[in-house]
Amino acid sequence: MDIPRIPLGDWIESGLTWLTSEYSLVTRGISRFTQTGIDVLNDSLMWLPEWALLGLIALLCWKLAGPRLAIGAVAGLALIWNLGLWNPMIETLTLVVFATMVAVVIALPVGIAAALSNRLYRVIMPILDFMQTMPAFVYLIPAIPFFGIGSVSAIFATVIFSMPPAIRFTTLGIRQVPVELIEAADAYGATRGQKLFKVQLPLSLPTVMAGINQTIMLALSMVVIAAMIGADGLGSEVWRAIQRLRPGDGFEAGIAVVILAMLLDRLTQSLRKTRQ
Amino acid sequence: MDETRPVKIKVRGLSKVFGKHPQKAIELRNQGMKRPEILEKTGQTLGLSNISFDVYEGELLVIMGLSGSGKSTLIRCLNRLIETTEGEIVIDGENIPTLKEKALLECRRRHFSMVFQNFALFPHRTVQQNAEFGLEIRGVEKAERHKIAHDSLKQVGLEGWEDAYPNQLSGGMQQRVGLARALANDATVLLMDEAFSALDPLIRKDMQQELLQLQSKMQKTTVFITHDLDEALNIGDRIVLLKDGEVVQIGTPEEILTKPADDYVRRFIEGVDRSRILTAESAMRPLRTTARESDGPRTALHRMRDHTIDSIYVVDRDRCLLGLLEVDAASRAIEEGADSIIPYLTQDFRKVPMDEPLHNLFAMFSEKSFPIAVIDKQEQLLGVVVKGAVLDELARAGEQ
Repeated sequence: MDIPRIPLGDWIESGLTWLTSEYSLVTRGISRFTQTGIDVLNDSLMWLPEWALLGLIALLCWKLAGPRLAIGAVAGLALIWNLGLWNPMIETLTLVVFATMVAVVIALPVGIAAALSNRLYRVIMPILDFMQTMPAFVYLIPAIPFFGIGSVSAIFATVIFSMPPAIRFTTLGIRQVPVELIEAADAYGATRGQKLFKVQLPLSLPTVMAGINQTIMLALSMVVIAAMIGADGLGSEVWRAIQRLRPGDGFEAGIAVVILAMLLDRLTQSLRKTRQ
Repeated sequence: MDETRPVKIKVRGLSKVFGKHPQKAIELRNQGMKRPEILEKTGQTLGLSNISFDVYEGELLVIMGLSGSGKSTLIRCLNRLIETTEGEIVIDGENIPTLKEKALLECRRRHFSMVFQNFALFPHRTVQQNAEFGLEIRGVEKAERHKIAHDSLKQVGLEGWEDAYPNQLSGGMQQRVGLARALANDATVLLMDEAFSALDPLIRKDMQQELLQLQSKMQKTTVFITHDLDEALNIGDRIVLLKDGEVVQIGTPEEILTKPADDYVRRFIEGVDRSRILTAESAMRPLRTTARESDGPRTALHRMRDHTIDSIYVVDRDRCLLGLLEVDAASRAIEEGADSIIPYLTQDFRKVPMDEPLHNLFAMFSEKSFPIAVIDKQEQLLGVVVKGAVLDELARAGEQ
């Protein structure tokens, strides 16, 4: 018996083509807006001399997490500078910061809504599973017809890939607020808004911050992969090293990614702890 | 109790069914079925069935029942944290089960403060901010709510703890914050859901005494839930006894003790008249603190503060009782720069030997609120008896 093959791929492709042509105005608008944002952030970070930015980051680490992280930051960033990877590092940082901001801006309201409505929760959770388990590379392909080669496509794919933990943790954080505290707020006649802003959100903040930390880490890993569709930064250094078969260069860029990752992770974690 | 007193909350024919098909359960109930049969037939739990009672203005009404009796459900129906299935709850002319959402919020803000069994304090807010919560919700201006909350914290003896966080406080102190939060709100009715059940017995007794003192000052209409007969007898003006979601008896502690409505109540209070053979010794408890004759007024005052009491017994080196120092007298002594507290002592308290029959102590409590001192033949202070402990002892005798 011959069962015809379901043309799933064809459907998705024609759907994407339709989306691209139909919404080209929208995607072009988003593209221009995003590109401007990235450029402004990137240029201002590049405008600062290396030592000044290094000092600023060290100071921030000192304030938020204490002297140990500050010393680590200085050592790590100095190494990156010395290896001549400063500019790619800034480009990567820009993409991560920008993608994280977009992801969080979308994730917070969605996470809150999913926490408060059971129906929405049941709709959103499988979508998140899909977003997280789909191999990250796959997002790169439709990004190109939407936004062309370059940073904007990288941001698009990164936002989709890194957003789920921020949504999940926000939902979890709000749902974890003890029933008796909700009851107390209700008993004193709190409106939904008062309950959300005075009780649920403040109490879920540590969990939300954990989610944002995860989002940043995922964004960093995706931004590196996004070098394949022309994103600048440390990823493109790695990509070039692969193409030229130069393991030394590849590891140098890789180590820079690790340093950046550790720095971002410790910083956001300390932010979470001071909030608690 | 005077039946012509103004009614604050009128509850009539209140029922609550847990489950998706409440009407089925109500029908079966109307045919005379009880909770277990209804559960078996329909899968619906009849939480409360046809409850009717009044809460009078200014009284402390205790709703007492064992676990599963529906008492927690009942108190939550009053401010509609739980939706009712049928019946009326009327407060100042408003029927709570039929209020629209906005009117319900307004009603909760105006009429109800609530104290919870596990305190339910907001861990991210300071003691002060917790006490302000109800006022903040109602939109009271910042300076004003700060002052009101401060006053109510003072009232429950938590002055100086404003900036602490709940997790830095002991259980008893946490519940004081819970009480302060409720008092600051100045709602017309205070709901207390097993408010003292999570506290250890000594602290619980103190809190009961304090609640009674506050109550005598403020005359706030209070509905107090408990599973503890001692507590119910100790603090209630009237008691509503619940069993399996139904009212078994409503009455004053005396009525419950002397005229139990049925065997269930009788089993609760059995043997209470054995009080005649109980003595002061059985209800006595050791003093947590005393002052010595050599103590200055500041030391004595400090001890009182430490134990949140407003009078302290003073003994000499051989623990012989010299007198009682009241908090006002101690303050006066400090103002007048006195070194010794001896001139400020009062003898206006009761002392009894260990074998004094317990029922004689009842009369003494109506005169003065000081604990009764228990002494031996050499006038040595052995311990004290507080009002709660007497009823407690009677109730315990009843359980045996």
